[in-house]
Amino acid sequence: MAAVQTRSERALNRVAIAAVLVITLIFLAPIYWITSTAFKPRNLATTIPPTVLFEPELSPFVKLFTKRSQLRGAPTPEEYAAAPWWERMVFDGGEKIVRSGRGEVQPSGYPNRFMNSLIVAITSTVLAVGMGTFTAYGFSRFKVKGEADLLFFILSTRMLPPVVVAIPMFLMYRVVGLNDTHWGLIILYTAFNLSFSVWLMKGFIDEIPKEYEEAALVDGYTRMEAFFKIVIPEAATGIVATAVFCFITAWNEYAFALIMTNRRAQTAPPFIPSQVGSGLPDWTVIAAGTFLFLLPVAIFTFLLRNHLLRGMSFGAIRK
Amino acid sequence: MATAVMTSLDTKSSAASRGMSDIRIRNLFIIPTILFLIVFNIFPLIYSLGYSFTDFRASSNAPANFVGLQNYRELLNDPFIWSNFAITAKYVIVSVTGQVIVGFGTAMLLNRDIPLKGLLTTLLLLPMMLSMAVVGLFWKLLYDPSFGIINYALGLGSFEWLSNPDMALYAVAITDIWMWSPFVMLLSLAGLSAVPKHLYEAAAIDRAGPFYTFFRITLPLVAPILMIAIIFRTMEAFKTFDLAYILTSQPTTEVISIRLYKMAFQEWQTGRSCALAYIVLVMVLAITNIYVKYLNKVKER
Repeated sequence: MAAVQTRSERALNRVAIAAVLVITLIFLAPIYWITSTAFKPRNLATTIPPTVLFEPELSPFVKLFTKRSQLRGAPTPEEYAAAPWWERMVFDGGEKIVRSGRGEVQPSGYPNRFMNSLIVAITSTVLAVGMGTFTAYGFSRFKVKGEADLLFFILSTRMLPPVVVAIPMFLMYRVVGLNDTHWGLIILYTAFNLSFSVWLMKGFIDEIPKEYEEAALVDGYTRMEAFFKIVIPEAATGIVATAVFCFITAWNEYAFALIMTNRRAQTAPPFIPSQVGSGLPDWTVIAAGTFLFLLPVAIFTFLLRNHLLRGMSFGAIRK
Repeated sequence: MATAVMTSLDTKSSAASRGMSDIRIRNLFIIPTILFLIVFNIFPLIYSLGYSFTDFRASSNAPANFVGLQNYRELLNDPFIWSNFAITAKYVIVSVTGQVIVGFGTAMLLNRDIPLKGLLTTLLLLPMMLSMAVVGLFWKLLYDPSFGIINYALGLGSFEWLSNPDMALYAVAITDIWMWSPFVMLLSLAGLSAVPKHLYEAAAIDRAGPFYTFFRITLPLVAPILMIAIIFRTMEAFKTFDLAYILTSQPTTEVISIRLYKMAFQEWQTGRSCALAYIVLVMVLAITNIYVKYLNKVKER
């Protein structure tokens, strides 16, 4: 802060740096632990003292993606030699991969749930951000009667506990046959993210000077042309940031997915915990599923670090 | 010409003669969203309001009988429901307090000339971007009494976190604190960086002590943003479902959302759960109102 630091100030600063480092390490430890567990052989996952140094392997991921059964008796040496490396890893764990009649590897439930998560999260994000951008522009540039009340109404839809909304939605979906479908979840997540998208986009669009469009209107553009050719490109970073936020929310959502889906349209968040079940769960496989599921969010968090603050506070605070 | 366009921007544009009028564009942009939200948020709630006065059960084909206010009367007189609310309140207080202490404390530490500040802040944000359900799952592994690393790291032997009814709620709160302290930190950091430096310089010249500086300068100026963080986290903690539901099944962690879920989708008391949803709804709207009031205050600054 001050140009000249006293010795005690410098000491204080060093203590602060050390404390911040310790806090960061503590906060990252759980994430490191789940990540490292995803690369452990099964017998090292639950040892005490915990195994920190180990030879990483991919067997948890092979197990995550394939259907397996307990091996009855050891494989013959020929069988073992003929198997590809990833199948040998499963052999070593006392299991074998189940194949369909045509000899194809049978996938486990995970790839399907992962795809469902992608389909639902991407579609609902596109819808929420698309509609949200238009609406935000409407609120930002035109006089709207009762604007504050309408904006509060939009925000309030986001504040309800999901379980409260889920009860009537479940009943309605049952009538119209949207239970356990992708569209059922997409509609819910769109409704959920729309409020957020409107609020955030309004913040971004408010910051684009009106004069830009005015100049375009003077040049003979129609209002629509000005919107698409001037405002949208100017708001591009805001749109991307909002989209990533909506994607992460939809990607992570659990309660609606738990209630509204069971097999066909189930996403990963309710699926991964359901694999723990009773008895002795294979934590390495669960960790592998978790790790893959967290990966996109971790990447987006890194790319979005400069927009995070605004996104998390509904644009109340700008940076 | 230019001034004419400027003044007419808000309602009618001279360009309107060629394209659509501004009013039509405005309606086209706003009305679908409002309608969508009404159809998928408000309509379902009205739909369930009707059911809340009946003894309907979604699991049977029996028609719904109108029972008047009976569901509400029974719920409000049910000590178990009140204990669910008490658990929720306890959970909210413990986890929000923890988040404010850890989050604000970290922000105070970070608000200096620290090398790699940007990187550290980004890393600290990771927990809150994750799925609560999946976080709950992997904390279950960390809390495990026989092979969890938490007991190992703290030397607690085979301490029971999640199966001990007295500890379980705190265990859930600790996970929530881990996940959301970074949020409080982020907002506090924004507040702290907005405090004008010259105030501190003036305080230093006046030989003000660190306590005086903190309570008279830092805290009052950060308070509004900190308040937003607190209300926002209160609102979210009140809604908690995933984390508590996945981590443990202790009766002492049955927050109101879990009670509601069980009533609706395990006991299939549809009518009654609709009534309970309404009681929760009223409470959430009250907190939301406070939140929005603060939000507008901070925005005006």
